[in-house]
Amino acid sequence: MPDSPAIAHDELETGHPAHPSYQRHHFATMDQQADATSFAMWLFLLTEIMFFGGMFTAYLIYRNWYYPAFVAGSHQLSIFWGTLNTGVLISSSFTMAMGVWYAETRRKQGLVLCLIATFVLGLGFLGIKSIEYAEKIEKHHVPGLHYSVKSFVDPASDKAASEYGDKPLALDMARHTELYFFLYFAMTGMHALHMIIGICILGYMIFRARAGDYTDGHISFVENFGLYWHFVDIIWIFLFPLLYLISRHA
Amino acid sequence: MSSTIVSLPDQSTARIPKINFITKENGLLSWLLTSDHKRIAILYLISITFFFTIGGALAGVIRLELLTPQSDLMAADTYNKVFTMHGVVMIFLFLVPSVPATLGNFLIPLMIGAKDLALPKINLLSWYLYIAGGILVLYTMISGGVDTGWTFTTPLSTHYVNTNVLTTGMAIFIAGFSSIFTGLNFIVTIHKMRAPGMTWFRLPLFVWSNYAASILMVLGTPVLAIALVLVALERTVGIGVFDPTKGGDPLLFQHLFWFYSHPAVYIMILPGMGVISEVISAFSRKRVFGYTAVAFSSVAIAVFGFFVWEHHMFIMGVSSYSMLVFSLLTMLVAVPSAIKIFNWTFTLYKGSITFETPMLYAFGFMGLFTIGGLTGVFLGTSGTDIHLTETYFIVAHFHFVMVGGMLMAYLAGIHFWWPKITGRMYPEKISQLAAVVTFIGFNFTFFPQFILGTLGMPRRYAAYPPEFQILNVFSTAGATILGVGYLLPILYLTWSLKYGEIAGNNPWQATGLEWQIQSPPLTENFLEVPVMDHDAYDYEWLERQKEKEVASAG
Amino acid sequence: MNHISPVIWQFFVKWLTNFELYPPEASRIAPQMDALYFFMVLVSLIGLTIVILLVTSFCILYSKKRHPVAVQIEGSTLLEATWTIIPLGLFLIMFVWGALIYFRVYTPPANAMNIYVVGKQWMWKAEHPGGQHEINSLHVPTGQAVQLTLISQDVFHSFSIPAFRVKREAIPGRYTTVWFEPTTPGTYHLFCTQYCGTNHSQMIGDIVVMTPDDFKKWLAESTSGASLAQNGERLFASLSCNACHNGRPDARGPNLANVYGSKLTLTNGQTQTADEAYLRESILNPSEHVTQGFSPIMPTYQGQISEDGVIALVEYIKNLNSNYRVDQTLNTTGLLPEGEGKVAPAARGSTARGMVKQ
Repeated sequence: MPDSPAIAHDELETGHPAHPSYQRHHFATMDQQADATSFAMWLFLLTEIMFFGGMFTAYLIYRNWYYPAFVAGSHQLSIFWGTLNTGVLISSSFTMAMGVWYAETRRKQGLVLCLIATFVLGLGFLGIKSIEYAEKIEKHHVPGLHYSVKSFVDPASDKAASEYGDKPLALDMARHTELYFFLYFAMTGMHALHMIIGICILGYMIFRARAGDYTDGHISFVENFGLYWHFVDIIWIFLFPLLYLISRHA
Repeated sequence: MSSTIVSLPDQSTARIPKINFITKENGLLSWLLTSDHKRIAILYLISITFFFTIGGALAGVIRLELLTPQSDLMAADTYNKVFTMHGVVMIFLFLVPSVPATLGNFLIPLMIGAKDLALPKINLLSWYLYIAGGILVLYTMISGGVDTGWTFTTPLSTHYVNTNVLTTGMAIFIAGFSSIFTGLNFIVTIHKMRAPGMTWFRLPLFVWSNYAASILMVLGTPVLAIALVLVALERTVGIGVFDPTKGGDPLLFQHLFWFYSHPAVYIMILPGMGVISEVISAFSRKRVFGYTAVAFSSVAIAVFGFFVWEHHMFIMGVSSYSMLVFSLLTMLVAVPSAIKIFNWTFTLYKGSITFETPMLYAFGFMGLFTIGGLTGVFLGTSGTDIHLTETYFIVAHFHFVMVGGMLMAYLAGIHFWWPKITGRMYPEKISQLAAVVTFIGFNFTFFPQFILGTLGMPRRYAAYPPEFQILNVFSTAGATILGVGYLLPILYLTWSLKYGEIAGNNPWQATGLEWQIQSPPLTENFLEVPVMDHDAYDYEWLERQKEKEVASAG
Repeated sequence: MNHISPVIWQFFVKWLTNFELYPPEASRIAPQMDALYFFMVLVSLIGLTIVILLVTSFCILYSKKRHPVAVQIEGSTLLEATWTIIPLGLFLIMFVWGALIYFRVYTPPANAMNIYVVGKQWMWKAEHPGGQHEINSLHVPTGQAVQLTLISQDVFHSFSIPAFRVKREAIPGRYTTVWFEPTTPGTYHLFCTQYCGTNHSQMIGDIVVMTPDDFKKWLAESTSGASLAQNGERLFASLSCNACHNGRPDARGPNLANVYGSKLTLTNGQTQTADEAYLRESILNPSEHVTQGFSPIMPTYQGQISEDGVIALVEYIKNLNSNYRVDQTLNTTGLLPEGEGKVAPAARGSTARGMVKQ
C-alpha cells in the first residue's frame, strides 16, 4: 500500500491523480460527479411534482364538484396577459437553454447575455403576474380578504363576465368561486415563489459567470439550474390551460 | 468453545488510531461546518437523543396522568398538549430521522465503499433544517403548546383551536425538508457512488431498506408539506379549502395527510428492518436466508405502502368500494413483513448463534414486531377496524411497531456499530441487562393497552371510566421499567466513550466493508477505493481473508 | 400472605375478579364481529407461537457452543413460497370476512328506526322522530334495528358504542349512517373517539337499551310535545318554503310530497335518489341539486339554519305524504298577497307576520 495512514488524509502528498479544482474529492471521476448532481436534481424535481400534485388533486376534485363556479371564475382571468406570460416564460426557457449551450461551448459572453436575458424575462413574468394580481385585489377576488361574489351573482355589472355572456350564478354556487380563486392564488403563488427563488439564483449565477466560473468545462451548476428553470416553466404550462383555458367557452 | 464471537485486540497494546474522523480537526466550528457524513451522523445522534429524552419525558407524564381515571394531575387541555407534543417530537424529530440520519448517514457510504454521501453540503443542510424544526417545536412547547394531536385534523386545527398550530406546522414543514434531502442524498449515493464490483445484489440489506425508505421520504414528504401549507392558509386567511361551509372538503385533508403519514410508518420501520438483517446475519455467522426476497420485500413495502392510506379513514364515510380496494392492498402490504420475519428466523437455522446485546435487541424486535404487524392486520380488516380503531388498540399497535420494532432496532444498531463509530466497546453485561429490561418493560406497558382497546377505551382521553383503571396502572408501572431500560444505554454508552475496551477493526467478525477499515474510520473512509469481489454476508470470504493475513504476517 | 403489601394484594384481587378481555356483546353484530376477532387472535397466536418456537429451538440447537461452524444456505424458494402464500391466504380470508361485516354494519335495513345525532364540542344530541331530545345519552329498544344519521356541527367526532361494536365518525357538512340492533337491555358506554379538542374525554354518555315496552313508556314520558316532523313543519312555514314548494301545478318549486326515496332527474341529466343527504344538500346548496324542469332560483340556507333545523326539515319532508299539510300551513298563514305562489322577496316578511297574527 503506497499510503501510510499518517499522510493519507492529505491528498497532495499521496500522489492521487490530479483532478480539476471543481471536482469534489469524494467523487472518483468528474463524470461520476456530474452524473450524481444531475440525478439529484431530477429527484428533487420529483419531490416538487409531488408538492404541486397535492394542489392539482384539490383542483381536480373541486372543479368536478363546482364546475359552473370554476367556469365563471376562469372568465375573470385575462387570456391576453396569460398568453403573453406563457410566451415570456417559454422565451426565458429558450434563453436558459441557450445559456447552457454557451457554457458547454465555453463562450463566456454568450452565457452572461443569456443569463441576463433569462433574468429579465423572469422579472417580466412576475411583473405581468403582479398586474393580474392587482386586478384581483381591486375586484375583491382574493379569498379570505373581503371576498366579493358580485361579479358572479350579477355578471352584468362586471366587464369580464359580461363579455362571456355569463349567466348569473345562484348564491351558493357563486360562493364556491372563492375556492377557484384560492386554488388560482395558491398554485400561481407557489409557482411565482419558485420563480423568485430561481431569479435570485440567476442573479448569483450572472455574477459568477462574469468571473468565468461556468465556462471552464464545469457546467453542472448551470445545467442543473436549467433543469429547475425548465421545470418551473413546465408547471406553468400545466397551470395555464387548467386555470385560464379549459373552462373557457363563450 | 466460547459463546461469543467478540474478538478484540490485545488491550495492553491496542490503541485507538491516532488519526480518525473524530480527531482530524478540533473545535466546535469544525463540527458545525463539517461535511463529513460521519460527523453529521454524530451531530444527529446527539440531537436525536436529546429530542428522544424530551419525547420520553412527555410519555412519562402521559402515563402518570392516566394512573387515575380523573384528569387530576393536569387539566384536560394540558394533557392534550402533552400528547400532541409527544407525538410531534417522537415522530418527526425522533422516529423519522432515527436510523437513517444517524446509522444510515454513518454507514451507507462505508457499506457501499464511497468516500462520502454524494451531496455532503446538502447533508449538513438537512441537519440544520432538522435543528431549525426542532427549535421551533421547543419554542412551541414553551410558548403555550399546541393541542391538535399530531394528526392536525381539520377543521379542528384550522378553525377551533387557538394554540400554536402555525409554528408547529412550520416546524414539521422544515423538518420534512430535512428528511426529503436525506432521502434524496441516499438515493443518489446508492445509485451513483457504489464501489467497483458493488452490484445491487451485493449491497448489504441495510442499504436496500434505507433505499426503500428514501423513496418514501422523497415522494411522500412533499405531500405533507403542501397539506400543512394549506392548513396554515386556511387558518390565517380562511380560504375554505377544508371548510365544509364554504364548499371545501375536510376529508381532502385526511387524504393528503395520510398519503404521507401512512408511508411515514414505513419510513420509520424499513431502516430498522435493515439493521435487523445485519445483526441477525452477523451473530449467526450466516448469509441472510433468501437475500433477494428480503431485498425485494423492502421495495414491495415501499411501493404498496403508498396505496394503503385510506385505511385510516374506513369509519369516516368513505365509499365502501374504495374501502375494499384499500383494505385489500393493506393485506398485501402485510405479506412482505411476514416474509421478512420468516427469513430472519431461518437465517438462524444451522447458524452458529451467539447472544450479544445487539442480537438480544434483534430478538426483541422480532417478537414485538410480529405482534405489531399481526395486530395491524386486525386494523386493516375493515370489519374489526370499526370496533378497534381510535381506541387504545391502535395506540398499542403502533407502539409495538414503532417502539417495540423501530426503537429496538435502533438500539440494536447503535450497540452493533458503537465500536465502529467510537472505536470502543460498550459494557456487555449491563447492556444485555438493559435489553432484557426494555423488553419486559415494553410488554408491561403496551400489552395491557391491547385489552384496553378491545374493551373500548378511546385514545387521547385525559379521563376515562374507572373500570379501565387497573390495566392503566399496569401500563404505567411498565412504563417506569421501560424508562429505566432506556436510561441505562444513555448512561453506559456515555461511560464507554472513555472507559470502554478498544474495539479494533472488526470486533464482530462481520463481513460488511465498514468492518474492514479502522474504527473509528478515517475522514476519507477508504485509503484506496475498495473493490468488491464477493457477495454480502460472505463469511467464507472473511475466513480466507484472515488466513491470508496470518500467512503474510508469518 | 403477610409479606405482600395489602394494597398490592387488593389490587390483584380486584384485577382478577374484574378481568375482562372484551366488552359485553349487546347487539346483533357484536357476536359476529367477535367471531372474526377471535379468529384473528387465534391466527396471530399460532403465528407468534411458530415464530417463537422456531427462534427458540434454533437458538438452542445452533448456539455457538453446540454448532461452532455455520452452514451457509442460500435460501429456499419452496419455503419462501410457503410463508408467502399461507399468510397471504389467511389475510385474504380476513379481508373477505371483514368486508362482509363492514358492509353489514354500514348498510341499514329498510325497516330501521331512524334517530338523528348531532355532535358538537363537546356533547352528543340525539333527536328521536317523536321529538324527544337527549343530551349525551341515547335510549333504544331491543329487537329493533336502529339507524343513526350522524352529523357534526363543528369538528370531526366519532360516535362509538363498544358494546355494540359499532363506530362512525360524525363529520361536518355531510350525513353518515350506522345501524345496530340491540339485544340485551342495560346501560353501555358511549364515547367520542375522534379527538375533538379540549374536553374530548368529556364527550361521553350512556346508551340505555330497554325492552320495547319500557322504551315506549320512556318515549311517552320524554315527549316534548311536538314531533321532529312537526318542528320541521313550523320551520318550513316560517322560512316560507311553502311559497314555492306547495305542490300546485304552477308552483315554482318541485312538489315535495313523497319525494323522499324517489329517483330524481337533475338539470345536469344525472339521476339521484332523494335520500337524507340529498335533501340536506338541496337546502344548503340548492343550485347544484335542481330537479329537471325547474330553474335554480331557490336561495341558499347555508348559515341560516342550524344542523338541528336542517334535520327537522329533512324529517318533515321525509314524512310528507300529501300536500294536505303544506296547504294547511299555507291556509293558516293566509293567502299570499300576490297569490298564485309568486311571492316577491319583500312579501315574505308579511307572510311570516301573517302567521303570527292568526
